[in-house]
Amino acid sequence: MTNELLFDFTVDKAAKMVYITREFDAELSLVWDAFTKKELLDQWMAPKPMIAKTKYQDFKVGGKRFYAMISPEGQERWAIQEYTSITPKTNFKMYNAFADKDENPELPGSEWDHTFSEENARPDDPVGRGITKVRIAIYNESLERLERILDGFTQGMKMSLSNLENLLATLSKK
Amino acid sequence: MRRDIFQAIADPTRRAIITLVALQAMTPNAIAENFNTTRQSVSKHLRILTECELVKPEQRGREIYYSLEVEKMKEIDKWLNQFRRIWEDRFNQLDKVLLTMKKQKK
Repeated sequence: MTNELLFDFTVDKAAKMVYITREFDAELSLVWDAFTKKELLDQWMAPKPMIAKTKYQDFKVGGKRFYAMISPEGQERWAIQEYTSITPKTNFKMYNAFADKDENPELPGSEWDHTFSEENARPDDPVGRGITKVRIAIYNESLERLERILDGFTQGMKMSLSNLENLLATLSKK
Repeated sequence: MRRDIFQAIADPTRRAIITLVALQAMTPNAIAENFNTTRQSVSKHLRILTECELVKPEQRGREIYYSLEVEKMKEIDKWLNQFRRIWEDRFNQLDKVLLTMKKQKK
């Protein structure tokens, strides 16, 4: 990566808000697709070692995405997102909640607001950088919910590490 | 019962109490003098903060002094950092996806 890409993560505990800003070395339409198309979302949204699998997605206002984060052991954690507002290539909002495998949401969830902007050609920089900035604001009714996400992630991590240990132990016996 | 630590610091009075006792250990009466509220309400806030282990009561003679548990505050920062790291990893993955998309477009 040649550019120093901005990354900012702040939490306002009192307002129960998480703010994330990140720049990407790609044009806006690509970044927009990566955030809104299931085939692409599934490739990056799950924190390793988990993987994401979208069962279905209907990207329109009132439409939903139903997906699972799957641990290396095959444990599925389902969640459902409902799109509440879409301004193509500029902004989209959604309501995100954990769910069971039958799509019953566990409330409360969180409200997500994504804003996309391209740091494009300016009079003083006619070529432009082709950098896209994404700002995400997440409102969580309960910050305890965040803790659950983290717990799940840490558990998945520990499990896969112990798998690795087992594998290494088996290999070294040979 | 385990209390939600973030709920504890979501309250403005409790945040103010934390700021006060961060400077020096104080008695509930001395703390209450700083607020336009009843001694009873301050006690309630102190109880919640104590249950979250954000402040620690200490008996000195006939008085109880409350002081800040610095380690617990650090724990919050550590917790948030973990969350930050998840997003960092996630975005690094996204960088790779975008790179592949860019190549495919050409």
